[in-house]
Amino acid sequence: MNILVCVKRVPMTGGTIVLTPDEQAIETRHLGFTISPHEECGVEEAVRLIEAQGGESVVLSLGPSDAEEQLRDAMALGIDRAILLQTDEEFDGQATAAAILASIEADRAAGVEYDLIFFGNESADSGNYQVGIRVAHALGRPCVTGVKGITVENGRARCEQEVPGGRDVYDVALPAVVTVKEGLNLPRYPSVPGRLRAKRKPLETRSPKRTAPGVEKIRLKLPEGDTSQAEILGHGPAAAPAVVDVLRRAGLVA
Amino acid sequence: MTLVYVEHQDGTPEEVSLQALALARGLAGGGEVHALVAGASAEAASGLLGEHGVATVHVPDHEVYASHAPVALGRALTQLAARLGSHTVVAAGTERGNEVMAHAAAIADAPLAANCTEVGAGAELTVTRIRWGGSLLEEARVHGETALLTVAPHAVEASSVGAGPAAAVERFAPELSDADTAVRVVERVSTSAGGGVTLADAKFVVSCGRGVGSPEGFAPAEELAALLGGAVGCSRAVTIAGWRPHTDQVGQTGTKIAPEVYLACGISGATQHMAGCKGAKRIIAVNTDPEAPIISHAEYAVIGDLHEVIPAITAELRKAGAG
Repeated sequence: MNILVCVKRVPMTGGTIVLTPDEQAIETRHLGFTISPHEECGVEEAVRLIEAQGGESVVLSLGPSDAEEQLRDAMALGIDRAILLQTDEEFDGQATAAAILASIEADRAAGVEYDLIFFGNESADSGNYQVGIRVAHALGRPCVTGVKGITVENGRARCEQEVPGGRDVYDVALPAVVTVKEGLNLPRYPSVPGRLRAKRKPLETRSPKRTAPGVEKIRLKLPEGDTSQAEILGHGPAAAPAVVDVLRRAGLVA
Repeated sequence: MTLVYVEHQDGTPEEVSLQALALARGLAGGGEVHALVAGASAEAASGLLGEHGVATVHVPDHEVYASHAPVALGRALTQLAARLGSHTVVAAGTERGNEVMAHAAAIADAPLAANCTEVGAGAELTVTRIRWGGSLLEEARVHGETALLTVAPHAVEASSVGAGPAAAVERFAPELSDADTAVRVVERVSTSAGGGVTLADAKFVVSCGRGVGSPEGFAPAEELAALLGGAVGCSRAVTIAGWRPHTDQVGQTGTKIAPEVYLACGISGATQHMAGCKGAKRIIAVNTDPEAPIISHAEYAVIGDLHEVIPAITAELRKAGAG
């Protein structure tokens, strides 16, 4: 079985978001970066499936050359090789899907077919909710979204989605596209040997072509926040009566 | 003319879909608004949808719509939009709203702007949409002949146009291929654990961050939550450490909560976490650090160690006769 996992490099924003002066991006000079949370679980799931069933796992990212860091992180967890669609340009949902599709088609022309393609349900930063679905349609494959449980058996994927009060189950034939959510699994920590091996694993860089954006960013802005400071109810256990007072006013205590 | 995909429970439209309708009416600028409603009891929605300005409710006829079938819904939406000559299609920015609209966008090869909070009037369509679970906003231009938008839940108020006739109901038969009907819910597994209050619905939530120190460190929070009939949550750092299941995680990639009171203990207030508790009516932050970002998001704060403060609150409640 061959599995492709698509991941996005996103900043770790911490407590407050600061924008660059041109309002085009988040100021990231003092921030670390990570794989967008849902996709970390896609990486872990791909590694587990290949460990159990054999085959090859490939991680792909569209982004700047620094996204190599996230690709190496994925390989440190056990992914076999990586593809970087290297660009410093902004790609919207449609353009991202088109670039990933072109890469998958190039792989197919070279004789590599993916049985399963994982995406995150939505990226932490832009939250477009569409890249995986667009790629699935272009490939003519079924797509299940928001998946928090997956079993792959006999050429089919049984996928579970969390809904209020339960789980909805889908059963689709492979090859398929699955968009996953955090909670699908608990990703492992990379081991030191894993990190060392990741440095030597193959990473192929490709140049994606950007199609015209359908949703074109004009600028970013911060929501009007409440800049009000909290009312300090007290210090330590002595504040308990004041807390209970708030609970009472909220109707939680008779 | 504007087309809206309306989600419903047994014929009662979801509040977030009514919000999407309110935005769509503004966009239609006096033009007609039509709705696509699928599944059993879809017709029953026509009364309330009429009150919310819908002229016609279109119900797709096919057995696949008996359960959630996102591709078939996207297909029905694009075929209906083409037939009606609708260049703007709107839905609620729910998981399923975004999913169905992404399928429609992929089928129509049209742009999709997810989770919009505002739509600008003018020659070209401009939107404000949320990023980072609402911690950041993006102003964007939407290009193309047909545009699909989803509306961020609770960004717009639902508004009735007053009592009036129910929307007309028209059934239609979408053309569906085998591939369109292959992705559908085949089974519903119930996971509700015997009457316990869920994190999403709890009126009181107490969460702890990494500062709780261990899985066992949650015992006082459990006791307090039980006393108030509430639920226990946690930060992402806690689930990553494996101390609590992911279902307990409050945040952008976890559960969104909307309690009367949210007691956030030892939680710094990262954007990831705050995106999950925006719906809380009141936040009480318990933190040893008076400079923690959460203090600026909270209505109330207690400066102190959660290991001392939580048991003191429980003791005070017992003294007051609660539980």
